[in-house]
Amino acid sequence: MSEHEHGPSDRRALRAEALESLLLEKGLVQPETIDAVVRHYEQDVGPMNGAKVVARAWTDPAYKRRLLENGTAAIAELGFGGPQGEHIVVVENTPAVHNVVVCTLCSCYPWPVLGLPPSWYKSPAFRSRVVREPRAVLAEMGLALGPDVAIRVWDSSSEVRYLVLPQRPAGTEGLREAELAAWVNRDSMIGVSQPTPPQDAPRE
Amino acid sequence: MNGIHDLGGMHGFGPVKAEANEPVFHATWEGRVFALANLCLGLGFGNIDRFRHAIERLPPATYLTVGYYGRWLAALETLLAEDGVVGPAEIDAREQGKPLPGPAIAAPAPPENVSGAAKRALDAAPRFRSGQLVRARNINPRGHTRLPRYVRGKRGVVARVHPAWVFPDTNAHARGENPQYAYAVRFEAAELWGPEAEAGTAMHVDLFESYLEPASGNE
Repeated sequence: MSEHEHGPSDRRALRAEALESLLLEKGLVQPETIDAVVRHYEQDVGPMNGAKVVARAWTDPAYKRRLLENGTAAIAELGFGGPQGEHIVVVENTPAVHNVVVCTLCSCYPWPVLGLPPSWYKSPAFRSRVVREPRAVLAEMGLALGPDVAIRVWDSSSEVRYLVLPQRPAGTEGLREAELAAWVNRDSMIGVSQPTPPQDAPRE
Repeated sequence: MNGIHDLGGMHGFGPVKAEANEPVFHATWEGRVFALANLCLGLGFGNIDRFRHAIERLPPATYLTVGYYGRWLAALETLLAEDGVVGPAEIDAREQGKPLPGPAIAAPAPPENVSGAAKRALDAAPRFRSGQLVRARNINPRGHTRLPRYVRGKRGVVARVHPAWVFPDTNAHARGENPQYAYAVRFEAAELWGPEAEAGTAMHVDLFESYLEPASGNE
């Protein structure tokens, strides 16, 4: 059961509505601005942004170097940036090393490239366990890594945000950048999944 | 503070359950609260560190049951009350459809020159270098801190030197920005979890300079 299913949602809805109406009356916020923020995060920002970054890195070695050296600047080259993306570090998966990202203290997440975090990322189960037993958690989530693969967990406890650069899957050699982006699912950029063929990957 | 939010390493929360095709917001109010909190912080009411600390101050049982945006709503109410923008009695009355208690409180003008950016340029060089052995201090502040309990007192190696940032521990309590470098410190799993550590795993935790002290290899 995910967290949001607990507790009296209706009460929170009424409370939020009351607070919003008071802030409107006091002239501090405008309804159109609130609508615009919601729309932005529902439609304009999401893992499709990060997927473009990853696909570019898979096809352009010079871009990949820049991305690993200065993630924020390389991501800005594709037009992405903003709140919770002030300083983005990109960590690269290899056959020997697998990276996974968490925020144990709250739910810090690179909004400009991944959008807002899914419920599991915010859940006490993931936040408590992935630093203690990452191998078991990843296997449970469907990513069984061999004992020869080292796992590095990145706890986003400062203002730095992390993005995982997954390995380019075998069999994608002939694909163009735009086609490759469709392989890059959200979870692979957090580090709990691998890229998947487009038909297996509902776009989050 | 040693609160429920500091979850790293705890037992008892069960399996990680992912929701297929999850929407960005599960209810309209979640999106409204997300936008309101961002807009109010953007206006300069509160700051991100105070906001996080307001979430941490929720009673533990509440923290675990009201959901992510329920925590945001509660924290936003706390900051707006503390800053004299909107009081709880006003929200109570509005929620119950009653007249506001007394004349409406006039909200203070938002502070000027607000930027959400927390990165700061420092003249001083970082105290620690990449590859250096360090120890996370064993401190237990009552206020806000970004030093997770699971690394306190543990030894690690500086893996990355990050830029300098506003220091959350003081910025959350109006005690100044005190900007300082942050470091990604690598802790071997065995150092953190002892014999129950998983083989071949290591944690990187971003830690501010004043959380760290030099360590030696033969302690």
